[in-house]
Amino acid sequence: MAKRIVINNEARETEAQFIQQLAAELDLPERGVALAVNNKIVPRATWPDTAISEGDSITIIKAAFGG
Amino acid sequence: MTPEQKRRYNRHIILDGFGSEGQQRLLESKVLIVGAGGLGSPCALYLAAAGVGTIGIADADTVSISNLQRQVIHFSEDAGTPKALSAKDKMQRINPDIRVEAYPTFITAENAPDIIRQYDFIIDCTDSFASKYLINDACVMLGKPFCIAGIVAYSGQIMTHVPGSACYRCLFPAPPPENEVQTCSMVGVLGSAVGTVGTLQATEAIKVLTGIGSPLTNAILTYDALTVQFQRFDIQPNPNCMLCGSHPSVTELQEYSFQPCRKNTKE
Ligand SMILES: [Zn+2]
Repeated sequence: MAKRIVINNEARETEAQFIQQLAAELDLPERGVALAVNNKIVPRATWPDTAISEGDSITIIKAAFGG
Repeated sequence: MTPEQKRRYNRHIILDGFGSEGQQRLLESKVLIVGAGGLGSPCALYLAAAGVGTIGIADADTVSISNLQRQVIHFSEDAGTPKALSAKDKMQRINPDIRVEAYPTFITAENAPDIIRQYDFIIDCTDSFASKYLINDACVMLGKPFCIAGIVAYSGQIMTHVPGSACYRCLFPAPPPENEVQTCSMVGVLGSAVGTVGTLQATEAIKVLTGIGSPLTNAILTYDALTVQFQRFDIQPNPNCMLCGSHPSVTELQEYSFQPCRKNTKE
């Protein structure tokens, strides 16, 4: 069943059960991005076990090099 | 403090929680700012004005006209001058009471430990992943607190580290590959937005040095200028971090050759 979530402030539906599946759906690169669920960073190693719940707010943070 | 210092720093001294003690700590502190660009400019100006007793400012570049849109410590007539020297000049003019050490050289794996060791707090104001990882790694290895920030286009990010708290590699284990990073001259950057983030870095340094408030540790703050959203995310120190974890694989400093903003930036 599709869940309604928010990704970087945009509403979206996903069939993904776990963050790992969502990351694949979004085609997130291997390096240089971090991901937070409800304002907590989820380390990449735990993406396969982190379940997505209805209403979750997910933020993808790209490492910024400029200065 | 001399009567002149008491006058100069009066607005700090009368601050609740800051006082003469806080100011005295700043006067006795040594801060290293790596990068005298968009982040480093406001950061250096504020820390000089605040009376941080010794400030190191490192940058190997010279001032070019395309820097002036955001690097407010440099003036039009400084074009061609090494940024470290141009910055030192302004800092001393704002506050002759402090000592400024200019390093007009690249910070490398070779010289980083000797330079960083002399300072109490390090601020990464660089414009490349190479330098950010180098500073992160060197500071964690030396047990030095630091603040790291970055910005691209309209949005920036900042985090502070003290020994034991999450490091940059806990969040971003390794730099992205070269072909996935756009260069500065490709994306541009809003000058005033960089200034906001650089000013936040100066405030973090002052807080850690004086002990006021709580620093931005185990967290990353993101700032989006277009929507005016400041968002704070909690980070747990990663027990498997390749640098600060229990079985680190990064045990000595390495050079990262890729420096996106050192390419295509010469006019
Ligand atoms: Zn770490």
